[in-house]
Amino acid sequence: MTHSKSISGSDTTTDTTLFDRRPLNFDPRLRRNRLNDLFSFISGLFATLAVLPLVLVLVYVLVQGGRLISLRLFTQLPPAPGLEGGGFGNAMLGTVLVTLIAALIAIPVGVAGGIYLSEYAGKSWFGQLVSFANDVLAGVPSIISGVFVYGLIVASRVFFGQSYSAMAGGIALSVLMLPTVIKTTNEGLKLVPNELRLGAYGVGASRYVTITQVVLPAALTPISTGVVLAIARAAGETAPLIFTALFSAFWPEGIFNPIATMSVLIFNFAIMPYEAQNELAWAASFVLVMMILAANLLARWLSRLSKI
Amino acid sequence: MTSIHGHSGDAQFTLRRRPTSEKLLDLGFRQLTLALASLVAIVLLAILLTVFQGSREAMASFGLQFLVTSAWDPVNEQYGAFVAIYGTLVSSILALAIAVPLGVGTAIFITEDLIPARLRELIGLMVELLAAIPSVVLGLWAIFVMEPAIRPALELLHRLLGWTPFFASTPQGPGMAPAILILVVMVLPIITAISRDALNQVPIELRQGAYGVGTTRWGAIFAVILPAAISSIIGGVMLALGRAMGETMAVTMIIGNSLNFDLSLLAPGNTIASMLANQFGEADGIQVSALMYAALILMLLTFTVNVLAQWVVRRLSLKY
Amino acid sequence: MNTTLSQQSTVSTSRNEICMSLQNVSISYGKFEAVRNVFLDIPDGRVTAFIGPSGCGKSTVLRALNRMNDLIPGCHLKGQVLFDGQDLYHPRIDPVEVRRRIGMVFQKPNPFPKTIYENIAFGARINGYRGDMDELVERSLRKAAVWDECKDKLQQSGLALSGGQQQRLCIARAIATEPEVILMDEPCSALDPISTLKIEETMHELKRNYTIIIVTHNMQQAVRVADMTAFFNAEAVDGGSGKVGYLVEYSETEEIFNAPAQQSTQDYVSGRFG
Repeated sequence: MTHSKSISGSDTTTDTTLFDRRPLNFDPRLRRNRLNDLFSFISGLFATLAVLPLVLVLVYVLVQGGRLISLRLFTQLPPAPGLEGGGFGNAMLGTVLVTLIAALIAIPVGVAGGIYLSEYAGKSWFGQLVSFANDVLAGVPSIISGVFVYGLIVASRVFFGQSYSAMAGGIALSVLMLPTVIKTTNEGLKLVPNELRLGAYGVGASRYVTITQVVLPAALTPISTGVVLAIARAAGETAPLIFTALFSAFWPEGIFNPIATMSVLIFNFAIMPYEAQNELAWAASFVLVMMILAANLLARWLSRLSKI
Repeated sequence: MTSIHGHSGDAQFTLRRRPTSEKLLDLGFRQLTLALASLVAIVLLAILLTVFQGSREAMASFGLQFLVTSAWDPVNEQYGAFVAIYGTLVSSILALAIAVPLGVGTAIFITEDLIPARLRELIGLMVELLAAIPSVVLGLWAIFVMEPAIRPALELLHRLLGWTPFFASTPQGPGMAPAILILVVMVLPIITAISRDALNQVPIELRQGAYGVGTTRWGAIFAVILPAAISSIIGGVMLALGRAMGETMAVTMIIGNSLNFDLSLLAPGNTIASMLANQFGEADGIQVSALMYAALILMLLTFTVNVLAQWVVRRLSLKY
Repeated sequence: MNTTLSQQSTVSTSRNEICMSLQNVSISYGKFEAVRNVFLDIPDGRVTAFIGPSGCGKSTVLRALNRMNDLIPGCHLKGQVLFDGQDLYHPRIDPVEVRRRIGMVFQKPNPFPKTIYENIAFGARINGYRGDMDELVERSLRKAAVWDECKDKLQQSGLALSGGQQQRLCIARAIATEPEVILMDEPCSALDPISTLKIEETMHELKRNYTIIIVTHNMQQAVRVADMTAFFNAEAVDGGSGKVGYLVEYSETEEIFNAPAQQSTQDYVSGRFG
């Protein structure tokens, strides 16, 4: 190869021997092709590893938990330590109750907040402050919301002198749900084309009527998708409940008393040295995972509806 | 509805002039949404104030020494959060070190057409569903399935690398290493999802440009596609870091909740979040305040990381 | 324009050697056929323009020439594309190698999110360039007529340039790797008239060393830059919905515009449709 041909003028063609020129045929032994295959293999391996935990968790929850499922689980109370049998009827009821409280707080507040951000705030400093606060709140660890509600409600006994209560647990969960609901509402409303708003104003509708009767219904699917996902997430949360709702071995005694929930039951029973409790933890996991997966698939189905 | 012809129709429109009640409703609705939106900021502030107020007693007693001492002694009322802070940082950073290549690699695998679209979607869906599994269920799984399964591997690590302080102890069930692994499982979906979105947003033109000068697939990925998506990916990684630091249940169940400092990853450890989960319910007196102090530190840590994440995304984002 | 060309009026390659040859090429996306039965010989060292109304498949054919269509899922080609004596669609062919020898400039300027210098050097490096990189960067930018605007900011992002400058940077990037053919897919469609003019000047410079194939919507541009012109049109598919593109006429530019053999070509170049 002759490299001697110096490049003198500004406009001569390059000596093409300065480039690698190969036949057009594919050569698998080429470094670049071997590297290409190697990286494709590695990324495939990584994807397999990423999917593996889900498969393994699902398999174990289905097998370990699914085989224990029977009617008594839903109708009976947990057994005392060392005893056999029992169920988690109270915890199921508790999870429903606490999640309901959380949803009743977070959904109205969150949807209204989302409406404000999307329809009224514009680029105002206050709107930006609220968005920023919302992003920060979304990043607050779930256990902190438990600490907050403990300090605010449990320790101060504001509810009729009661300390731990279903209400406190629900409020702690609502703090976690709120940012999600605001975000999905805001984003859902922003997807509504502006022509729709102008059209409503055009026939003389007020802002209130436009938002509640035109814009909000148009964004119903993305919002409800987000809300379903937020509820599913809240139903599985444990950290904020451990020292707010606490636990109870009995049936719920109203919302101002400690209450059992599925997630706290799993936590408590998983670390107990009794097999009956461990088995209940697996069965409760099965029920919880099924509920949450169903909610996720429902959300997915909802969001697909809007695309048609 | 009757048709409108001329002035005779006017009588049918009783609301031609907006009544005051409607104007009030309009204004009232706006003020209502404004008030409820403000609630977000108020809640955030209230969290900060509650935790700060609660931790004042401990702050006064232990000062900044709290950050660097490792005594956690309810009998003598001496508290230092070093073990938990160290555990929080080490477990989340090491988890990220494992999860980032896994997550970004997975994201590449499901955005490039290496396999049929159906299969790619399925993998994406499964990773998303992994994010939906409650932390406490992952913890249960970690205790009864994962930890026994990986113990031989950890024992091997101990035998091979036991001469370093990081693998000096024999693995005996719960510990830092299984906690890190379960954290990997928990942050993987976040990293994968954000990386996937970032990669999908790289314009097709840029991809074509890279192929046009004769790169291979991975040449294009490393030289052009990843650099174009890097700011969002870094933002996602930071968000995942924040999540890992605050993650509570699964870690609490598998980390061993040791109050003693140990460099070994195979020994039990602790994090701020798991310390809170374990002790808050039974604490009283200055211990509550010390826990609040630790919670404040955790909040500041996650706050810093999350704000940094947003800054990275905004600052580094390329305009193409 | 070179007037010593032979007077052949049919699909003509005249005295020039054939650079690329399409033999009965049909391209489809999934079930939908985009272009049908194209026969075309592209001469070496000259500028060939593809013109025609939108949807006639001219860009599809262009992208088929360096296997860019591989990136589109479901895209399939029948027939042969011959280059350097080989069918580019033979299973043994490495598309990466094809693209190294047949470069491309795209419709939208697409500089890499790297410095101006790296935009040029990247392609050269992966093509195994062993010469002086600074020199190559300068020469490529000069050839693409963008050196004066870039020389003081080689270490700035390529995205900091204006649209016209970005496109010329992309041309510089394409010629830096010394391809034998440069494909240009409506390179001026996103640019203002002054930038367009500069790029056309660049093309005149380039055709001394390269074979250029350009897709353009702009008939004046074809007249100004091309030696040969291929006119594509689209027709409704029998009994189906949608249209399929085909090659109507291929000849020297002067003939296509002054004395086309087909009525539809006449209609198109005189602006009666499209």
